[in-house]
Amino acid sequence: MAAVNRVSTPPSPAARRTILLVISVLFLLPLAAMAEFTLRSTAGGYSLEHWIGLGSLQESRQYRALTRGLGNSLVLSALSLGLVLGVFAPTVIWVHLRFPKLQRILDLLTVLPIAIPAIALVVGFAPVYRILGRTLGSGEWTLFLAYGVLVLPFAYRAIAADLQGMDARVLSEAARTLGAGWPAVFGRILIPGLRRGLLSASLLTVAIVMGEFTVSSLLSRDTFQTGLLQISQTDPYIAVLVSLLSLLIMFALLALVSGMGNTRRRSTRRRTLTRKKDQNVT
Amino acid sequence: MKRKLSWLGLVPFTVYIFAFLVVPTLLAVGSGFVDAAGGFTWGNFSVYENPVVWRTFGSSTLISMVTAVIGAVVGALVCWALTGVQPGGPIRRAMDAAASVLAQFGGVMLAFAFIATMGAQSILRIWLRDTWGVDIYAEGVWLYELPGLVLPYLYFQIPLMVITFLPAIERLRPQWAESSATLGATRWQYWRYVGFPVLAPSFLGALLLLFANSFSSYATAAALISQGAQIVPLQIRAALIGETGASVANTAGVLALGMIIVMAVVMSLYSLLMRRAARWQQ
Repeated sequence: MAAVNRVSTPPSPAARRTILLVISVLFLLPLAAMAEFTLRSTAGGYSLEHWIGLGSLQESRQYRALTRGLGNSLVLSALSLGLVLGVFAPTVIWVHLRFPKLQRILDLLTVLPIAIPAIALVVGFAPVYRILGRTLGSGEWTLFLAYGVLVLPFAYRAIAADLQGMDARVLSEAARTLGAGWPAVFGRILIPGLRRGLLSASLLTVAIVMGEFTVSSLLSRDTFQTGLLQISQTDPYIAVLVSLLSLLIMFALLALVSGMGNTRRRSTRRRTLTRKKDQNVT
Repeated sequence: MKRKLSWLGLVPFTVYIFAFLVVPTLLAVGSGFVDAAGGFTWGNFSVYENPVVWRTFGSSTLISMVTAVIGAVVGALVCWALTGVQPGGPIRRAMDAAASVLAQFGGVMLAFAFIATMGAQSILRIWLRDTWGVDIYAEGVWLYELPGLVLPYLYFQIPLMVITFLPAIERLRPQWAESSATLGATRWQYWRYVGFPVLAPSFLGALLLLFANSFSSYATAAALISQGAQIVPLQIRAALIGETGASVANTAGVLALGMIIVMAVVMSLYSLLMRRAARWQQ
């Protein structure tokens, strides 16, 4: 038998391990450095004092900017989530089911916030918010309307990908033929079927809103990130500690969702079939 | 009647997009054409007679190019290594989650991470100086200047490359490697004549996306560089904050328009390349 060259796309195991190890170490380095920094004692040496101080953040006036900003960002997350799940998601689904011709326009529209940088949009948000300020007040909560635009591309892609994967059109037509009204189609077929897409859209929304700095700082609103920056001037330890914590929480949440995604993808076909069967039974 | 009712479903989204995406964009761009009295003018474009503005556009382009090229090459290597990892396995899941968190990780917290990693007081700097005699800041602390942006930017550019390029490299069919081998090709020949040409449009597309990502990012630079306006987004900040008269706000509009034009060119090229890349996706 003639010797055939061994040709394959993936690298050799040794090369693979080297690449992944080097990149992992390089990317863990800043996180380790943050952790090390939070353990530095103000007086020199190492101690847990900053971690212990975390519990009494709320009582201390010094950290007002941070706790207020965090509170505002949590409210903004909830409001943005409402916008994504209450307006974006139904529209994306509705266009997919009833107006397939508009799909391309929607695709294009949802790329725009990536093509128009947030820093450029802020220039246009400033006059809009001057008007909003007169009618709705200058509270932080109105920011969620601007955040919706920043979140739109990511939320849209998460939902649209899932929508393509679940045969939404066929399933909802089947349900309609069997006598289900639109509320039932949404409540009992589409929303359960899009669980994963909706969940990852929600997580991305929260991640983006909690990390948003450009719009809030330039419109002089107090949010989590502007609070962090302000606190870092008086107590850099707490600022770094809180950043590290929020990053780890985000990582854990996204790892959870990505894990769900894997089990889902493998069994999608089977589940779609059983779901259809269930529909017939009920 | 039915048809009319289903159009109603699109109203909330359309109204929202109009008020918070279309209007702000038009206002941002339009404010560049308005003078202090509110009349139409080309006068604001005199900003572009200032060599400093061209230099900041140059720096923005340079930093985006450098971080896009390094990010794309390193990210592609990581993708290549990941093709050898078991698809649903723990390594792959951790890498997926890490890439999606880190690609969104920017701004204040990223700045903190790098100040902790390689700031003047970091262990890395002290260790390099005291143990190896290498002082990275021998010529001054460059972390808070333009070169200091490269490493923090890579921290989100590489993960973004992994997210965008991994699906492309995973579509390389094992059969192509097998057929090449049967025809007597070496591993190098397989990459030279099959792998690279097939991946080229996706790679270049991802490179452009990284360029756009870096060109439009503001928060990291704003948190690291508190003084001066070395890149275009910081120049917009300076124009917005130093809002003493209407003419300054209009300067921001003209700069925003410049950014949007660059982004439009980059994103159009990107969509062209993606269309070409789609040829191999069937």
